[in-house]
Amino acid sequence: MADLFTPWVSLPEYVRATVWILIVTVALILSVAFTTLWERKVLGWIQLRKGPNRVGSFFGLFPGIFQPFADVIKLLLKEVVVPSASSKGLYRIAPAITLISAFAAWAVMPLDPNLVIADIDAGLLYLLSLTSVGVYGVILAGWATNSKYAFLGAMRSAAQVVAYEIAMGFALVGVVMAAGTLNLGDIVRAQEGGMGNWFFTWLFPLFLVYVIAGVAETNRAPFDVAEGESEIVAGFHVEYSGIAFALFFLAEYANMILISALTAVFFLGGWLSPFDGVLVADHPLAASGFHWLFLKLFFFLTCFIWYRATFPRYRYDQIMRLGWKVLIPVTLVWILVEVLLVWFGVGPWRK
Amino acid sequence: MFVELLFYGCSTILLAAALGVITSRNPVYSALCLVLAFITSATLWLLIEAEFLAIVLVLVYVGAVMVLFLFVVMMLDINVKEVKQGFKRYAWLGWVVSLIVIGQMIAVFYAKDFGIDATSGPVRNAAGYSNTRELGEVLYTQYVYPFELAAVLLLVAIVAAIALTMRRRPRLKPQDVAKQVAVRRGDRVRLVKDVGGEGGEDPR
Repeated sequence: MADLFTPWVSLPEYVRATVWILIVTVALILSVAFTTLWERKVLGWIQLRKGPNRVGSFFGLFPGIFQPFADVIKLLLKEVVVPSASSKGLYRIAPAITLISAFAAWAVMPLDPNLVIADIDAGLLYLLSLTSVGVYGVILAGWATNSKYAFLGAMRSAAQVVAYEIAMGFALVGVVMAAGTLNLGDIVRAQEGGMGNWFFTWLFPLFLVYVIAGVAETNRAPFDVAEGESEIVAGFHVEYSGIAFALFFLAEYANMILISALTAVFFLGGWLSPFDGVLVADHPLAASGFHWLFLKLFFFLTCFIWYRATFPRYRYDQIMRLGWKVLIPVTLVWILVEVLLVWFGVGPWRK
Repeated sequence: MFVELLFYGCSTILLAAALGVITSRNPVYSALCLVLAFITSATLWLLIEAEFLAIVLVLVYVGAVMVLFLFVVMMLDINVKEVKQGFKRYAWLGWVVSLIVIGQMIAVFYAKDFGIDATSGPVRNAAGYSNTRELGEVLYTQYVYPFELAAVLLLVAIVAAIALTMRRRPRLKPQDVAKQVAVRRGDRVRLVKDVGGEGGEDPR
């Protein structure tokens, strides 16, 4: 191990960063592939079916494990049909924009106490700006397709994302106030010292708002009016086929994983162990590491699927009402409460 | 070398995008060119280590303002021919304005008193220097009143915009969730005893 480690450290920094970017990207693409399988499996169990179980198995274990690869090969081999009345350039560039913004956000994600690709001070702002750039992919796809259904989906998505971004931003203002930094790694470090110090305890309303706004931002059920198949067929990606459609699909799942990871980082102490401070200091369960982040992420990811199987789709005006009249006031009130807590030194802010 | 490459590459894209804003025939393409111009100028700001401003430029202008702009432009069916009609009539005004702008730029670049060579470039700060913290400290101490005033002004603008565009239509039936939740069975359903004759018969 040590003789492997020395040449690695002696490499120039841009080489190491590139290697890490490749590792994270490939891991992310694989996670997306298996998230689609996990979603179909969980939905199957919830609906008392088996889910995909035909393609591949490990000596009889995990039937259906290779289903994602079969899907990818199918989509790759399909013809990409470009509608003749569309704006060709924008039509082709739109899926790439959604995908790039979904992947680039991982640059500032603290995966481990010592591992983050770009440890920048304004990391949270960077994340927010990238997620807001991602909506361009959806809008452009809807407009460039030159189809009424796609356009309706794009307009719905734009209005929804703008509305929920505000609630999300305010929820994060609370986190920033508690942590005193915009650096994601430092936000996690500010939650050290046992589960009582994780931000979801004192910022519980903001935590709920963030989770709800996160589901809305990723256009997932019950907020998936942008692609509501019962009204507008498939919304902004009606006319996308083959691998172009697969890129949208990939971006949606990458965004789900991203939001789950961010929820863990902002409110559940990221890589920190929940047994920290409960068990003795050198107990293996009390050690922090990537596995804790993974477990938290996996929990929220499963919740995303769970919501989809449980809740009926919101009507459009109900979405707007929830965003503007419920979530934003809740965040504003709780930020005021937090100001008072900080001012009088209550709880974790005791001087 | 890498920095120079980035600078000249981004500047070229920025200029091309800015040209695209005024030359493209489709307003949606104009708006998108403006987005590209914002993003490339944000990269230029990153090069002078103003990362807070650069990210906020993308966050506010690209993420919020231009999305709403695009929203409106896509909804409007703008007739380019009609817009072009006034082009020759107002061309002289455009020339005057651009001449003034060019004159000012020449003045800034070449005047000995306040030219580029008269002011030294920005001083490079240490690695641990946080842009965000410095800006926050200045904004909330030295400039707190102008800052708060600007915020209040924006709030007034929001309220005014909503007040101007909101119309109360008497026949509209909005959903009142509180009322819906407060409904009891007695308000909606009435149990009727002893309807009709000896069972099996349709009470109507």
